[in-house]
Amino acid sequence: MPDAYIYDAVRTPRGRGKPDGSLHEVPAVDLAVTTLDAVRKRNDLDPMLVEDVVLGCVDPVGEAGGDIARAAALKAGFGKEVPGVQINRFCASGLDAVNLAAAQVMSGMKDLTIGGGVESMSRIGMGASGGAWPVDPGIAIANYFLPQGISADLIATKYGFSRDDVDAYAVESQKRAAKAWDDGRFKNSVVPVKDINGLTILAKDEHMRPGTDMQSLGQLKAAFVQMGEMGGFDAVAIAAHPDVEYVNHVHHAGNSSGIVDGASAVLLGSKEGGEKAGLKPRARIKGFASIGSDLALMLTGPIDVSELALRKAGMTKDDIDLFEINEAFSAVVLRYIQALDLDPAKVNVNGGAIAMGHPLGATGAMILGTVLDELERSGKQTALITLCVAAGMGTAAIIERV
Amino acid sequence: MTTFTNFRFDVDGDGIALATWDTPDRSMNVITPEVMEELAHLVDTVAVDEAIKGCVITSGKDAFSGGADLTMLQGLSAQYAKLAKEKGEEEAMSFFYEESRKLSLLYRRLETCGKPFAAAVHGVCLGGAFELALACHFRVLSDADATRVGLPEIKVGLFPGAGGTQRVARLMQTGDALQMLFKGEQIRSLMARNMGLAHAVAPRDQIVQAAKDWIKQGGSAVASWDQKGFKLPSNKVYSAAGMQIWPAANAIYRRETQDNYPAAYAILEAVYQGLQLPMDLALKVESRWFAKILRSKEAAAMIRTLFISMQELNKGARRPKDVPQTKLKKVGVVGAGFMGASVAYVTANAGFEVVLVDRDVEAAEKGKAHSHKLMSDQIMKGRAKTADRDELLARITASADYADLYDCDLVIEAVFEDPKVKAEVVQKVEAVIRLDCIFASNTSTLPISGLAKNSKNPVQFIGIHFFSPVEKMMLVEVIMGKETGDKALATALDYVRAIKKTPIVVNDSRGFFANRCVLAYILEGHLMFVEGVPPAMIENAGKQAGMPVGPLSLNDEVGVDLGLKILKATKAQLGDAAIVPEQEQLLARLVEQEGRQGRKNRKGFYDYPEAGPKRLWPGLTALQPKHLEAEFLDMQELKRRLLVTQALEAARTVEEGVITDPREADVGSILGFGFAPFTGGALSYIDFMGAKNFVALCKELQAKHGDRFAPPRILHEMAASGETFYGRAKDKKAA
Repeated sequence: MPDAYIYDAVRTPRGRGKPDGSLHEVPAVDLAVTTLDAVRKRNDLDPMLVEDVVLGCVDPVGEAGGDIARAAALKAGFGKEVPGVQINRFCASGLDAVNLAAAQVMSGMKDLTIGGGVESMSRIGMGASGGAWPVDPGIAIANYFLPQGISADLIATKYGFSRDDVDAYAVESQKRAAKAWDDGRFKNSVVPVKDINGLTILAKDEHMRPGTDMQSLGQLKAAFVQMGEMGGFDAVAIAAHPDVEYVNHVHHAGNSSGIVDGASAVLLGSKEGGEKAGLKPRARIKGFASIGSDLALMLTGPIDVSELALRKAGMTKDDIDLFEINEAFSAVVLRYIQALDLDPAKVNVNGGAIAMGHPLGATGAMILGTVLDELERSGKQTALITLCVAAGMGTAAIIERV
Repeated sequence: MTTFTNFRFDVDGDGIALATWDTPDRSMNVITPEVMEELAHLVDTVAVDEAIKGCVITSGKDAFSGGADLTMLQGLSAQYAKLAKEKGEEEAMSFFYEESRKLSLLYRRLETCGKPFAAAVHGVCLGGAFELALACHFRVLSDADATRVGLPEIKVGLFPGAGGTQRVARLMQTGDALQMLFKGEQIRSLMARNMGLAHAVAPRDQIVQAAKDWIKQGGSAVASWDQKGFKLPSNKVYSAAGMQIWPAANAIYRRETQDNYPAAYAILEAVYQGLQLPMDLALKVESRWFAKILRSKEAAAMIRTLFISMQELNKGARRPKDVPQTKLKKVGVVGAGFMGASVAYVTANAGFEVVLVDRDVEAAEKGKAHSHKLMSDQIMKGRAKTADRDELLARITASADYADLYDCDLVIEAVFEDPKVKAEVVQKVEAVIRLDCIFASNTSTLPISGLAKNSKNPVQFIGIHFFSPVEKMMLVEVIMGKETGDKALATALDYVRAIKKTPIVVNDSRGFFANRCVLAYILEGHLMFVEGVPPAMIENAGKQAGMPVGPLSLNDEVGVDLGLKILKATKAQLGDAAIVPEQEQLLARLVEQEGRQGRKNRKGFYDYPEAGPKRLWPGLTALQPKHLEAEFLDMQELKRRLLVTQALEAARTVEEGVITDPREADVGSILGFGFAPFTGGALSYIDFMGAKNFVALCKELQAKHGDRFAPPRILHEMAASGETFYGRAKDKKAA
């Protein structure tokens, strides 16, 4: 089986996912074009060598609908011969796109592919694509559908994370992200979004609140109390986890991932594919996996899927230098560290989505790039990237520098 | 002119037909196969007769109609079973589906026949009858207090299957429609109009004219949902609005039903699917679900217990036939504590004169004040007027003088649960009452035969056991002492009927019927606790099994100290083997060392803070000798244990002759302690599982958890013979 190598990884900065966000004026397809264009220019790449563009997008409707990957590749001038496909595994879509692009290389069927993602949450809106899972009684009821915030609160309740615990983690995420930006640790990956005249629209993540402390977070009210009580979801959480007496609501906007706009792209290929394009590999995909897990907890999939990916790669957690787990909610990360018994200093060392935001379909490929940069900067070798996924799934990938 | 048996049919000078539904020899109009046949004929007549412009449907009785004949639906299930045996499952199902949607198709035919139909409704109009009204293009309700509309099918495990789910969901916001269908409440006229269920409200004598006027003024024969451009009240299911509604509706369904009620689930499905389809297809989907639910054991069980049996017991199924109707006028209540005061209230509320006696006037007056408070609450809620309160209070005489009981027809004592105190009261009362007065004891723990030994007249001595809170609890256990006679029984049953509660007649035994089952439930909770099951899981297992509260919570309500007292008394009288030592140790620790008596002192298994909800006491885990991991516990088994232990106790009461009629155990278990209503009650739970399966389950639980799960002889016999409790009762009656 051929190895899949990572030749490059780029991302846009993340714009606040609201009408006052800097990227609100930028169509989703243009966000994707920004990253595809950067991959092409930074590597002096003949785009005709790219055999597939796989993009994750969670709400593929309206301007993001109808296979945005093909639209973006065309608009980026990759040529009519370059196909594109859009995939959706909710929050892990961006990493799944990378895994799928890598899998095409590893199968020997392709030599150069791009995996990435795009989400304009400000323009399309979370949940705009609908879906039977929360709505159709035949699926929702039997499978304990919960809004993610309630699931995160259930995790905190069940595994004993207090409001202080989750807030403290959020403060740390903000600190680490601020320092990483100050140290220029993202400069290798972040490409500014520009207008038609070459003027920069956004060059830096704009969701961060570097001054965040326990006191400022302490003033925020738990966000899911009413939804849990009035909407009946606390009862569903308890029905699924009857050892829980009541749900302790601890999450709010300050300790949950931010709603933002952004795109990402990772250039992958075989050894020969890279050589043919004159590229130098930065890392190798050691393994990847996706898994289904507890539906009501919903966001604990990273634990199971990390163990599976490690097994598939013939590794143990001790072989991993850095862990990058998407900060959907504080409790997701805290439970992950607790369950795998990890050293917190190895996890999300440059902050994550609580500080910088989570552009759903794009995040997976973004954080893969972030941790690759960090491996290179710190001279480390291996990293595991994972995301929790709606409807109780998890996706992971393991990379190793070459 | 066409003639009908169930309808009077007249066409006026304007060409407007009036169909007056008035089934002869019945006090209430009911939808039967004959009524359906005639209605179909009636619709065809209106449709084809060019001289007829439209039709008003009204009732010739004081009520519109109570809906469909439930026995007709039950008959359909029997036919299905027969066909399935003879011709196979598929043919039987096909027959059943077609038959069970006939009413729906008939109403749809009425709605689309091309002529406008209007319903003029006075009195109750429920279930299938209200679905008829909903199929009409116009509905006018009388403004009379007696007028009520609604779809109460859910209360007997069914749902509105003749277009009700579809039409209601097209008349109002989806959330409101689901709530109405889930609750099954009876709705007053003005409220119904505000909800969009009716177009107009008018005085009773004007409803027919209002309906005719609507037709005369060109009322449309096309329902709004059949018109082009019809918009659903809550927009499409898959829309931003739908995302606000459906996830929460699904969650609330689970919260309210614990997923135990297939009919409620079917409402969600029928509305969810139906709102995405044009009306004819939507009705088809509703019919598919109706055919499924109609065959469910939950519907069969709930119809039998909560409709048929309850009605029979309320009508005096157990009353000795040859005792003439008792003429109760005045009722004495001795003991004006919490129970006595409440008994005085419900008695006075039924229109009886009440003499409320306690040892001094202050105590008696304090008991009477309870009625004042309850009536004031009613007034605050708009359910009573000040005059009602004054009249009710005037009927209660508070007194410290037993002599005031001299002309009572029935005296109920509700004094302290102590044999000595009770004995004294019996003698004091009997010294003043007439010879034909019936004496009833509202004891919950002391055997009636024992108390009757203090009586000069044990034939007229009986137990009338109320449940707390008396105002709310619908069940009354009437307890027969060894010597209790028919007149005492008839009097007790007539009294219970008068206060609008449901009686079950129970032969004397320690704890009678209900409390025996309740104690078994609480014991199982305690033993799970001792085993190391997380306390929250015990409580949730109870609730998920269908009980109103978990066993620990129930123990707090009853009093942890009372539980301990009962245990100690049982041990003293029946010996060490009669109790479970682990339970005694647990309760002794809680009460004697931790001072936790239950809700009464805000400290039991739960803490009861001044503000905020009760929470399990964090100190509980320290009282558990070991702790089991939730992940390795079988929730199904925990739920089963909690129901099986109660059902077993109910079976024992049958074996011991305490319960002689399965209807009483079933109705009593649901009304008395909320036994999972979807099962049809504690004995139906066994019957529908089959005695053989139940015995196998008991043996499995016995092997794992001890001899309290050993099935009694009666169940072994039933398992061997394939009998059911109801089958046995029928045989016994026939013999």
